[in-house]
Amino acid sequence: MANKVKINVTVNGTQYEREVEPRLLLSDFIRKDLGLTGTHVGCEHGLCGACTILMNGQAVRSCTHFAVMADGADIKTVESLGTMDNLHPIQEAFMEKHALQCGFCTPGFLMTAVEYLEGNPNPTDEEAREAIDGNFCRCTGYENIVEAVKLAAKKMADH
Amino acid sequence: MKPAPFDYYAPTTVAEAVEKLAELGYAGKVLAGGQSLIPAMNFRMARPGALVDLGKIKELAYIKPQADGSVAIGTMTRDTAVEEDEFIRKNFPIVAETVSYIAHKQIRNRGSFGGAIAHADPAAQIPALAVLLDAKLKVLSTDGERWEDAVDFIIGPFMTTLEPQELLAEVVIPPLPANCGCSYQQVSRQKGGYAQAAAIAKVVMDGDKVKDAQVVLFSVGETPIRTEQPNKVLAGMVPSTELIESVAEYVGANECDPGTDLHGTEEYRRNLVKVLVRRALLDAIERAKK
Ligand SMILES: Cc1cc2nc3c(=O)[nH]c(=O)nc-3n(C[C@H](O)[C@H](O)[C@H](O)COP(=O)(O)OP(=O)(O)OC[C@H]3O[C@@H](n4cnc5c(N)ncnc54)[C@H](O)[C@@H]3O)c2cc1C
Ligand code: FES
Ligand code: FES
Repeated sequence: MANKVKINVTVNGTQYEREVEPRLLLSDFIRKDLGLTGTHVGCEHGLCGACTILMNGQAVRSCTHFAVMADGADIKTVESLGTMDNLHPIQEAFMEKHALQCGFCTPGFLMTAVEYLEGNPNPTDEEAREAIDGNFCRCTGYENIVEAVKLAAKKMADH
Repeated sequence: MKPAPFDYYAPTTVAEAVEKLAELGYAGKVLAGGQSLIPAMNFRMARPGALVDLGKIKELAYIKPQADGSVAIGTMTRDTAVEEDEFIRKNFPIVAETVSYIAHKQIRNRGSFGGAIAHADPAAQIPALAVLLDAKLKVLSTDGERWEDAVDFIIGPFMTTLEPQELLAEVVIPPLPANCGCSYQQVSRQKGGYAQAAAIAKVVMDGDKVKDAQVVLFSVGETPIRTEQPNKVLAGMVPSTELIESVAEYVGANECDPGTDLHGTEEYRRNLVKVLVRRALLDAIERAKK
């Protein structure tokens, strides 16, 4: 039996101190230990992007991290974006542009787009496509997602 | 849980890390960005008994310009940090350009520059770049430090000269000569996907003649391949399109060893090599003239 490790992480502004097995994936820690099931897991080996979160402001895959690697980190999940009556501009844009069907991939797209738009407030079509090139969607065919990323940029600029 | 159990250590200094690795011997493994190791552990293709995480060792993440014009990159410098570094972009633009082709932003935010070399994936960009640019690697253990050229360090697919108790600490890239141009060319199934074939060229010009022409291929053999034909044919010559075509043709036929898989046949990949070597040389020559 491997040693358990004490970790301190801030997730969506709340600080958590937990003892975890080193092999616990960060995605499972977020979903199972913290009950934040907005972060989805698709492939669990870094390919699909569904599990994307922000770690110290950078978009990363939570399935290719152990929870212990997040010790001391500031994490944001999709739950941090908006509420039902006060959506984040990115969420509004995804809704208005019909950028989701089943919605499984959406949290990963949103968190990827949040990081991207912070550094690139005015993406061209090409750039919007590139921004989401690490996320899979099996429903939409991507066109509306690209539209939504561009609309989100506009909304964020007007904010 | 997907991975098999392991013990976990997160030292905060290099000294502690090498001590822990010495103590663990064959049971221990370094965890860097985890972007290759953790997927392998999730499949249980890798089942290390213990991991020594370098993530908390601040002294391993840096980009330091040296007095002689070279640049020293600490092994834990993340790909994104290398790609966005002003000094690198200005003095080693080929490094930033090549790194930008690795996977996707989410992976480059975490993958480490040195980790990619230590991993020695035959389809990875950084090991090939290190070979092309004659990078020198600093390896540490409790016995002290040793230096090795990247080309000697990588000995096979996912194989290096690293011993289990050793740590890759630093990558030093020597300065690029004057009148030098470099170019990165690849073909992959989708943006951010592993290259089916790739070529990186470095050409030094002397007036309108080629002084030195180096091309390294990857994803088409067991290790990065340093080709010989480009320099053999082009050095001292005015690089005509015909000469470059003939070099590219030769390299595709004789200087690579691609396999056949789901994504492409050997024949297709040899053809890609031919096209990519031509593009890389033409582009590198253009840039060298500027
Ligand atoms: C979906 C996906 C796509 C990818 N696409 C690409 C791609 O197109 N091109 C590409 O090049 N890579 C790609 N990668 C891999 C990624 O770039 C890795 O991050 C990189 O190859 C390894 O770096 P790391 O820091 O993550 O190392 P880790 O995964 O932590 O380690 C990899 C191996 O190297 C060893 N190691 C690492 N650092 C050291 C050290 N300092 N000393 C001794 N041993 C060490 C580890 O023990 C381990 O065996 C992809 C990964 C994923 C998940
Ligand atoms: S679940 Fe993490 S990338 Fe697919
Ligand atoms: S909406 Fe179904 S996978 Fe993207």
